[in-house]
Amino acid sequence: MSGVRVLVGTRKGAFVLSSDGKREKWDISGPHFAGWEIYHVKGSPADPNRLYASQCSGWFGQMIQRSNDGGKTWEPVGNKFIYDGVPGTHQWYDGKPHPWEFKRVWHVEPSLTDPDTVYAGIEDAALFRSKDGGQNWEELSGLRKHGSGPRWQPGAGGMCLHSIIQDPKNPGRLFIAISAAGAFRTDDGGETWQPINKGLKSLYIPDPEAEVGHCVHHLAMHQARPGVLFMQKHWDVMRSDNGGDLWREVSGNLPTDFGFVIDVHAHDPETIYVVPIKSDSEHYPPDGKLRVYRSQTGGNEWEALTRGLPQSDCYVNVLRDAMAVDSMDSCGVYFGTTGGQVYASADAGDNWKPIVRDLPAVLSVEVQTLA
Amino acid sequence: MIRVVMPAHLRTLASFHGEVQLEVPGAATLRSVLDALEARFPMLPGTIREHVTQERRPFLRFFACGEDLSHDSMDAPLPDAVVSGAEPLLIIGAIAGG
Repeated sequence: MSGVRVLVGTRKGAFVLSSDGKREKWDISGPHFAGWEIYHVKGSPADPNRLYASQCSGWFGQMIQRSNDGGKTWEPVGNKFIYDGVPGTHQWYDGKPHPWEFKRVWHVEPSLTDPDTVYAGIEDAALFRSKDGGQNWEELSGLRKHGSGPRWQPGAGGMCLHSIIQDPKNPGRLFIAISAAGAFRTDDGGETWQPINKGLKSLYIPDPEAEVGHCVHHLAMHQARPGVLFMQKHWDVMRSDNGGDLWREVSGNLPTDFGFVIDVHAHDPETIYVVPIKSDSEHYPPDGKLRVYRSQTGGNEWEALTRGLPQSDCYVNVLRDAMAVDSMDSCGVYFGTTGGQVYASADAGDNWKPIVRDLPAVLSVEVQTLA
Repeated sequence: MIRVVMPAHLRTLASFHGEVQLEVPGAATLRSVLDALEARFPMLPGTIREHVTQERRPFLRFFACGEDLSHDSMDAPLPDAVVSGAEPLLIIGAIAGG
């Protein structure tokens, strides 16, 4: 019978939540890598038993873990992320040059077609790739060296490369996003890159429409329609219909357009989800009500989804990589909170319930739909 | 034979319980002992010393014979009691994070 596997990264370990297609009863496995920060865990679309996890610690640095059995057992693989050439400098918070320094891997993105090929988005922002199952990593340095790199500046959470999206119809095309540099695209497999931030307006930077410097929080795309991108920016929910060449705001009637996550329904490319957060200084839902907002019109018109979610005294956050969808016939939507809850909806967001309530703060949620 | 005690998280990472005993070729220094430790456990490079600089990670310390060796030269000879195996070299994770 088909089922789903939810891969949860938390501040103190990874958890694997499994269920059958009904998604009513869940088995919880974990913590894996207990005590370590697990920024992200993701499975290979080409081999669902192949998983990659980013494991890190302020004491012991960065590890990459690999599983070949769907998360039952793990083995550490390569953790050497060395910038290509002389790294140079980017801007620090005070605007002064600051040397590029590796801190951690925020996001692992397995190739759509090859289980041994995997991308890693790191802080300080750079994109790495492994072609041997995570043993060895090389920087795709055309991104960092494309010209604007010395002007990139960290957001409050660090200068992280957090979104990596592969175009399923064009293997040479990748989209990435960096907080707080913006979004970038390559059309030649990572050799050369261009910023794709036209249309973004960030009132908190010196030039609100600058080529780079925008605090993009997350990108999303539907696999069947790779030219259409959605973005949760620091403030503003944005949409592009031309692969990022131009963005337009689709925040519409959201109660606040600040937030971190954004995702797309598995079967309807015009249905998108966000979790509005009050503001950049108050990282919790407005009015203490945890509400997912769904647009079935590709943005602008949003409805609050509240059934099963706490509607009073809720002050958790939902971090940028902590929402995912499954591709069961009735699309499942999942998100995790800094309060340690993982909420699931088996009916595209109409009804929610927690799978687990008391995990460490959730950093990331990914879902695998298993045959 | 040099004895090394690793912090619990690194023992878990290395799937190893207890005290490590290492044959260290040549002079026993922090550098040569860590080289031998990393050769024995290939998952450890980068966890005790930074990959590029080979410097001690900031939240780790090295102790032996009641002394803090963390700021000694990586190439300084280790105490005789460590070299003889009478005392272990302790790799300690800082008590931090509160």
